[in-house]
Amino acid sequence: MEAVDAARWQFAIVTVYHFIFVPLTIGLSPLVAIMQTAWLVTGKAHWLRLTKFFGKLLLVNFAIGVATGIVQEFQFGMNWSEYSRFVGDIFGAPLAIEGLAAFFIESTFLGLWIFGWDRLPRKIHLACIWLVAIATNVSAFFILAANSWMQHPVGAIFNPETGRAELDDFGAVLLNNTLWAAFTHTVATALLVGGTFVTGVAGWLMVREVRAGRIDLARAVYRPAALLGLVTIAVSGAGVAVSGDWQAKLMFEQQPMKMAAAEGLCETQTGAGFSILTVGDLSNSCEGVIHLIEVPGLTSYLATGDFAGQVAGVPELQQQMEERYGEVDEQGEPVNYSPNLALTYWSFRLMIGFAAGSALLAVAALWLLRKKGSVTDNRWFAKLCLIAIPMPFLAASFGWIFTETGRQPWVVVPNPTGVDMVRMLTSDGVSSSVGIAEVITSLTVFTLLYGVLAVVWVKLMTRYASHGAPEVEPPPEVDDENAESDRPLSFAY
Amino acid sequence: MEPHILVIVWFVLIAVLWTGYLVLEGFDFGVGMLLRPLSKNDTERRLVINTIGPVWDGNEVWLLVAGGATFAAFPEWYATMFSGFYLPLLLILVALIIRAVAFEYRGKIDDDTWRNRWDWGITFGSWVPAVLWGVAFANLVRGVEIDADHQMTSSFVDLLSPYALLGGATTALLFLTHGAIFLSLKTDGEFRHRARALATRLAIVSAAVGATFVVWTQLAYSDKAWTWAAVGLAALGVVGAWRAIQAGREGWAFLASALAVLAAVVLIFGSLYPNVMPAINDPANSLTIVNAAATPKTLTIMTWVAGFLTPLVLAYQGWTYWVFRKRLTAERIPAAIGLPLRAEQPSASDR
Ligand code: HDD
Ligand code: HEM
Ligand code: HEM
Repeated sequence: MEAVDAARWQFAIVTVYHFIFVPLTIGLSPLVAIMQTAWLVTGKAHWLRLTKFFGKLLLVNFAIGVATGIVQEFQFGMNWSEYSRFVGDIFGAPLAIEGLAAFFIESTFLGLWIFGWDRLPRKIHLACIWLVAIATNVSAFFILAANSWMQHPVGAIFNPETGRAELDDFGAVLLNNTLWAAFTHTVATALLVGGTFVTGVAGWLMVREVRAGRIDLARAVYRPAALLGLVTIAVSGAGVAVSGDWQAKLMFEQQPMKMAAAEGLCETQTGAGFSILTVGDLSNSCEGVIHLIEVPGLTSYLATGDFAGQVAGVPELQQQMEERYGEVDEQGEPVNYSPNLALTYWSFRLMIGFAAGSALLAVAALWLLRKKGSVTDNRWFAKLCLIAIPMPFLAASFGWIFTETGRQPWVVVPNPTGVDMVRMLTSDGVSSSVGIAEVITSLTVFTLLYGVLAVVWVKLMTRYASHGAPEVEPPPEVDDENAESDRPLSFAY
Repeated sequence: MEPHILVIVWFVLIAVLWTGYLVLEGFDFGVGMLLRPLSKNDTERRLVINTIGPVWDGNEVWLLVAGGATFAAFPEWYATMFSGFYLPLLLILVALIIRAVAFEYRGKIDDDTWRNRWDWGITFGSWVPAVLWGVAFANLVRGVEIDADHQMTSSFVDLLSPYALLGGATTALLFLTHGAIFLSLKTDGEFRHRARALATRLAIVSAAVGATFVVWTQLAYSDKAWTWAAVGLAALGVVGAWRAIQAGREGWAFLASALAVLAAVVLIFGSLYPNVMPAINDPANSLTIVNAAATPKTLTIMTWVAGFLTPLVLAYQGWTYWVFRKRLTAERIPAAIGLPLRAEQPSASDR
């Protein structure tokens, strides 16, 4: 193992880990804001109850999202310092803007929301959670601006004097079509995660309460929550599919090798099918790849919008890239321009496949709750709820594993219509002053720490979710006078 | 080469961001460090944590923005510094992770062992960065070994010189004082007096240690006469904090200890200028504000963004402090609301 491998493992582990919590934060915070709005508008107590219940789960989740985010801000410098030198002129700006425009708002207004129930007038208090919800999306936008630039660098020039990529047009970086597709897809994903979570938790509690004879409670509290989640799943699910299709088309133009790898496509084809099961040699060579089950023409459609379109295969692309970017790297080693085929192929399918969990849940809930005011005591449905909750999380993780491993061996993928020199191989981006021992130390430390935190997170989430939504007192009306009063706080850590 | 004006602006802005971070998170580190020694029972511990409850996360974002802004404005500095200070930074990150989770999770389960573990987390998570930021900044000022490719070659042990350790002691003591003053400003009753008494004693120790550090910095590492002013301000801050807290003027004392932190940052950045990482082995290898900077184009964009957003951030963060301005007492801390470790029944609610 070399330092670069350890650094890649580390990046993969800490980033995928961060992205377990992030989609739930992005997806759940607007839903909590909607619940609180519904409470203020309708005055119905169950909305307040749900706000507090899901709000608490949001906070348990947010804590780890924040904690793991801190690492992200620094690890480009720690493990990928050559990369940071090369791209910093462009890549640093979105990261800094993310902090200034999003993290400050998130953290400050979340603090106001948690502790402000009895300090702020109700409308201002509501505005706090909406600001948090909006800011999570702003942070997603800017972090994806950075990531999309490395997938498809635009607005950049290469300065031979400094040997680095430099900013030419910041507008182009923000208008990058890769960014807008990824942003739509990621936010839709997050809402799918959030909607599935809400329907799953509320559905499971509903069955439990009905079985315990508390039908009124199930009807008054958990039914509306399940329906809110259901609508979210339906809308975001459509968004995920449409934006995913858009991403696939861009990917075909911008990173044809990723497309070919995703399909395990070994020869150039017209009307390429989308295989569902493929066997072959996992040693990353094309020989012996057999597609067992195939949907005819679908890959061509995903890539080109035409069922008979032509899609290039891995060997042909390898040859094209050797001609354009050279056969050997800086160390004189031959470059393999294709990513790990098995990983790319399967992560793409797992991403799409795990969406089935949310879809099944939505269909079952729609069926069981279709009559006005109905609740369900169906055990199978309760089981389905529990199975479905983790599925979109897994789909999102595999989506990222696909996106990030599929761009290998590049860390900055050359833009086919851009400046050729704005490109970097992953092996050239790693910190040259950091030894393997140091990287392994940090890899071990983070893995152990994150492992422990994962156990605590699961424990707290399940403990609070299974506790259900207790009855709550409405907060006092606030004006400046009683902000000064001596009564106990309505909330304290 | 003459530095571009925006390069100077960003050097100053990064100093401003670090000042914001160290002044703000400085007191919440202090509060975290005092969590165990200063409180007598669980209610008092909760009192301590709740003085910073609504604000600590916002304070921490100053660090993230300082990091991000360094990446954007001085990529070479970001790359060399964070890969060079690899192990200390790793320790800081681990501490900050544990601390962030501890604040949020400590009250979530109603169980003494659970709370106690997280309290140790807060203690560890506050002490480690409070010391290590001082060590790191002292090393920046003192200079490290950097080769011609701008790779830092000092080893971990090289970073532990007496001067650097003194830097660590200085930040730890300053933050302890700053935190004790903050606690006396935010609480009432008997606890407030205890915090005040402790702050008075801490101020004296940090004056002694801090004075040694700033004078050493000035004499050994600053080639500028004007940085004596920062030395003077730092002294004024600590002594002012001591006098004010003794006189029971907590608000003034807090401003004074904040001034001390600010002056220390000014001294550090003032002595660095125009370097950002001086190389002790060969000055030609030093990272300077010129050779580490981003292009004027990037700096222009960042200047617009920062110029527009920073006042906004200051406004709403200031407003938060105003919303939570009321002093806390043990009586105002509501009963703990954490769930028991295990559910007794499938549903504990709604019987
Ligand atoms: C619940 C999660 C989820 C689901 C069900 C899907 N995706 Fe996805 N997908 C993601 C979650 C995700 C993601 C984690 O959010 C990614 C990683 C990077 C990104 O921008 O979004 C992603 C990336 C991603 C990419 C890679 C873009 C690139 O590398 O540049 C493509 C082509 C698609 N998706 C296409 C689809 C299609 C056609 C789907 C089926 C309808 C689909 N995704 C469902
Ligand atoms: C702005 C967002 C992101 C940026 C800038 C980014 C950047 C990087 C960089 C620099 C590497 C190391 C080089 C490499 O091995 O490819 C990397 C690797 C990786 N990242 Fe990302 N990443 C981002 C988001 C994510 C997210 C959200 C995930 C997953 C949840 C993710 C998953 C991975 C994985 C799995 C690798 C390892 C790839 C491999 O080793 O082959 N990334 N990414
Ligand atoms: C690899 C690059 C990434 C970096 C540098 C990064 C950085 C950070 C940091 C520093 C925080 C803590 C903020 C706080 O204290 O309030 C954070 C949290 C967050 N990040 Fe990331 N992040 C990365 C990947 C992502 C991606 C890809 C997304 C979204 C698409 C994302 C979205 C968020 C959100 C919404 C939060 C809010 C807190 C939470 O997660 O619960 N991050 N991130």
